[in-house]
Amino acid sequence: MTLELAANQGHSPTAEQLDSSPLAVRGMTVSYGQKPVVFSVDMTIVEGAMTAIIGPNGAGKSTLLKAALGIVKPLSGQSLVFGKPLRSQRHRIAYVPQRASIDWDFPTRVIDVVLMGLFRELGLLRRVRQRHLDKARACLDRVGMGDFSDRQIGQLSGGQQQRVFLARALAQDADLYLLDEPFAGVDAATEKAIIAVLKNLREEGKTVVSVHHDLSTVPEYFDRVFMINTSKIAEGTVADAFTAKNLDKTYGGRLATAHVDQLDLVAG
Amino acid sequence: MFWDAIFLQLGYNATLVTIGACFLGIAAGVTGTFLFLRKRALVSDAISHATLPGVALAFIIMVSFGLDGRNLIGLLAGSAVSAWFGLLCVSWLTRFTRLAEDAAIGAVLSVFFGFGIVLLTVIQSMSAGRQAGLEGFLLGSTAGMLWNDAIIIVVGGALTLAIVLAYRRPMEMVSFDPEFAAASGLNVARIDLIIMWLAMAVTVVGLKIVGLILIVAMLIIPPVTARFWTDRTDRVALISGGVGGAAGYLGAALSASAPSLPTGPIIVLVSFAFFAVSLFFAPNRGVLAAFLRHRSFQRRVHMRQGLLALAQGQPIYEALTLKLLRNADLARADGVATETGRARAAKALRDEKRWEIVRADQAFEGAAALYDGLREIETVLTSDQIQEIDQRIGGPKGVLS
Amino acid sequence: MSGEEFVPLSLTPLLIGMFAAVACALPGNFLVLRRQALIGDAISHVVLPGIVVAFLITGMVSTWPMMLGAAGAAVLAVVLIEAIRKLGRIEPGAAMGVTFTSMFAAGVLLLEQSNTSNVHLDVEHALYGNLESLIWLDAIGWQSLFDPIALAALPHELVRMSVTLVVVSVFIWVFWRPLKLSTFDEGFARTLGIPTDLVGLALVIIAAIAAVAAFDAVGSIIVIAMFICPPAAARLMTNRLETQIMWSVIFALLSAILGFFIAGYGPLWIGAENAVSAAGMIATVSGLILAATAIWGPCRKRGGAPVS
Repeated sequence: MTLELAANQGHSPTAEQLDSSPLAVRGMTVSYGQKPVVFSVDMTIVEGAMTAIIGPNGAGKSTLLKAALGIVKPLSGQSLVFGKPLRSQRHRIAYVPQRASIDWDFPTRVIDVVLMGLFRELGLLRRVRQRHLDKARACLDRVGMGDFSDRQIGQLSGGQQQRVFLARALAQDADLYLLDEPFAGVDAATEKAIIAVLKNLREEGKTVVSVHHDLSTVPEYFDRVFMINTSKIAEGTVADAFTAKNLDKTYGGRLATAHVDQLDLVAG
Repeated sequence: MFWDAIFLQLGYNATLVTIGACFLGIAAGVTGTFLFLRKRALVSDAISHATLPGVALAFIIMVSFGLDGRNLIGLLAGSAVSAWFGLLCVSWLTRFTRLAEDAAIGAVLSVFFGFGIVLLTVIQSMSAGRQAGLEGFLLGSTAGMLWNDAIIIVVGGALTLAIVLAYRRPMEMVSFDPEFAAASGLNVARIDLIIMWLAMAVTVVGLKIVGLILIVAMLIIPPVTARFWTDRTDRVALISGGVGGAAGYLGAALSASAPSLPTGPIIVLVSFAFFAVSLFFAPNRGVLAAFLRHRSFQRRVHMRQGLLALAQGQPIYEALTLKLLRNADLARADGVATETGRARAAKALRDEKRWEIVRADQAFEGAAALYDGLREIETVLTSDQIQEIDQRIGGPKGVLS
Repeated sequence: MSGEEFVPLSLTPLLIGMFAAVACALPGNFLVLRRQALIGDAISHVVLPGIVVAFLITGMVSTWPMMLGAAGAAVLAVVLIEAIRKLGRIEPGAAMGVTFTSMFAAGVLLLEQSNTSNVHLDVEHALYGNLESLIWLDAIGWQSLFDPIALAALPHELVRMSVTLVVVSVFIWVFWRPLKLSTFDEGFARTLGIPTDLVGLALVIIAAIAAVAAFDAVGSIIVIAMFICPPAAARLMTNRLETQIMWSVIFALLSAILGFFIAGYGPLWIGAENAVSAAGMIATVSGLILAATAIWGPCRKRGGAPVS
């Protein structure tokens, strides 16, 4: 076969890589109605790295993440978590949903939201004990929200809400952290705080995957990129894959060239 | 009997009720369309339940002034006033508290209805109240209706219909695109108000025929039915009016043709029959059509994915994909491509490569937006353009196609 | 009011009203938070056809077939609503409107067609129940509470309603966390492996059970009012779900007690001779409570206190 698709350039993952990958997606197609939003996507997340999923609006970034996590049902395809079916590995996953998908008027306090991250530990009926509260408070402290634990969630700013969600994910003690647009509509201070926590997680050997839309911060924040526009465009380290050529393919040349020049790009 | 009823041969009252129900059905269908398109269908439920205390209070007031408590105009006026008050409560609760509209609707309908029941028991204990027959307003009762009442229903139905038709255009505009309507100088809030007034008028006129519990059906079922057949606002209104009118006419006639066939429920069930047929058999939006389309779509996706996998020598993960490939004689049971399979796979891969170029090139932006993994590239580009792309690919020529 | 009068005539209907109010208010909290308040409305309408069908099949007015019939109708209604919403791409409000009016119409038609005039089954009864008639004839005073013979003659509605209240409370208590999680953040709940669709369906079934049990004693009007008014009022009192549940129970009890006594004794105080509908009055009182919290409730506005 002499013709090769860009998405498959480089070597396809070996069996061991698939087995050890924190999240491997194979042949994933998701459609809303008659239009595939995600088409036949393979994705292999590398352990211990921070990966950004990037692509234009409506390119299926969040949908891919949700389908991989079983939140939406794909038309075809499957996902493996640490080489095993998702069902048996849920305890190793922490998920931070898009802030906009939540009813922030819900009657609950910040600390209660973080305690939700301990659901697997608490189960249906186990009582919340001091150590659970301590753990939840520690997670809030890690994101700089320690002073807000009794606040109703609707009273927080967007950035604060996002940090609470991150604290909840921290409370889950996972190995794989999946975030859906964590920086959407948050202030600069929050963005800094969140990225510091994420880098911290990476140092602990955890894997971080984040849907991301600000191209200018990709090289600074992430190790790897996964570029998608309905189908996969490229996947690899920032140095290899985050190239002007791939960006053109992903964004269909819609990025003004000048803008691309400003990015800290590796020549494509 | 049934044909007699259909051809209005069952006496003056039955005839008037049938005609009135038909007018009412058309008016309800058209009004309901705008409620439905404004996503406020169940507001009508609050309106209709909120009529009950008004009916009861009107009765009490009329009796205490020494009038006949059963005067239909008086009762309907009372029902309109309390329905309006209920509507105000719904909008006040949603605007000034954190409660969502569904909770406000539910609260208003249950509390007003409960208070209405309290008043009904008060009336039962009044000496004049024993034969008030106000319970008839719950489910409607056309049996033993007076000639005057029948006239009121026909005139009320005709009037409501006339107003609906008069305001049809602005209501269409507002429910299709409120921002555009506002930009073109329509007072959206006022049109919304008129929609609510009309829903109230339909409810009030329909009280005697259909009853307050089921009148919402006349406002909701016809537009939902109509929605299956068209995507255009004006046609939804038209079809909905037709369905509502037909259901009103057929239902009232059917009910007059035999005993133990209460008018309200029959009208509702006739509209439901229209709805059920539409749900299953409407082209495009119907369940049957959607099912067939989804299945063929799913097959296309699997087929395409399978071909791309074959072309790139990747294993096929999904059983359905393999089955489809085998049925089309493109692959063997072990997932290896046949002769034709290889040719088709190569073509699929070449198309995908062409798409890749198209999507990376600003010059093809319009075409690139149409990419969804399935579309044949020949359907969006001319053969000249494809040739140009093939030159850019520069790969081997003469792939079997 | 003396024990000889109160215990036989008022105690049991009062307790039934209180239990019914709380049993409906508890699941109502989640229905209101999930923007499904009107599912409660739909359920209470379709209970009628369920009971009528059960009656037509078994030919008798007895508890269990009717409970089953009504619960079956509620589940059927929810399935239909979901099917119409998803298959027909119709907004949920309209899908509900189509479903419950049609099923209710079918119930009324069946009732008219079948010869049920000799049994106590009619639409008005279905709407506002007969709370006042659920008296405890064998009781002679407070001492009857310790008399096994008199206790054996307690109206069976009271027994049924207490069992229902226990079932509902246990359900809410056991599934508290999944209910809260899937209501607040469905996507997150799914990543934890919580079957959110099942949780939603279980909530509706529990609401249906509460509705069915309450329906026979107090009629559907209280059922809708208690599903919605106490939880809505409670939401305006607090920003914590646990506290909201507590308030909703208080408001439900308050509505039942005040409503019952105002209906029974109010008219006498102002010189009228006959009592008015207790079910209707309970609903009215719950509405007044909601109105009061909407005007004065500390958390009535969206967003709450500004961020400091």
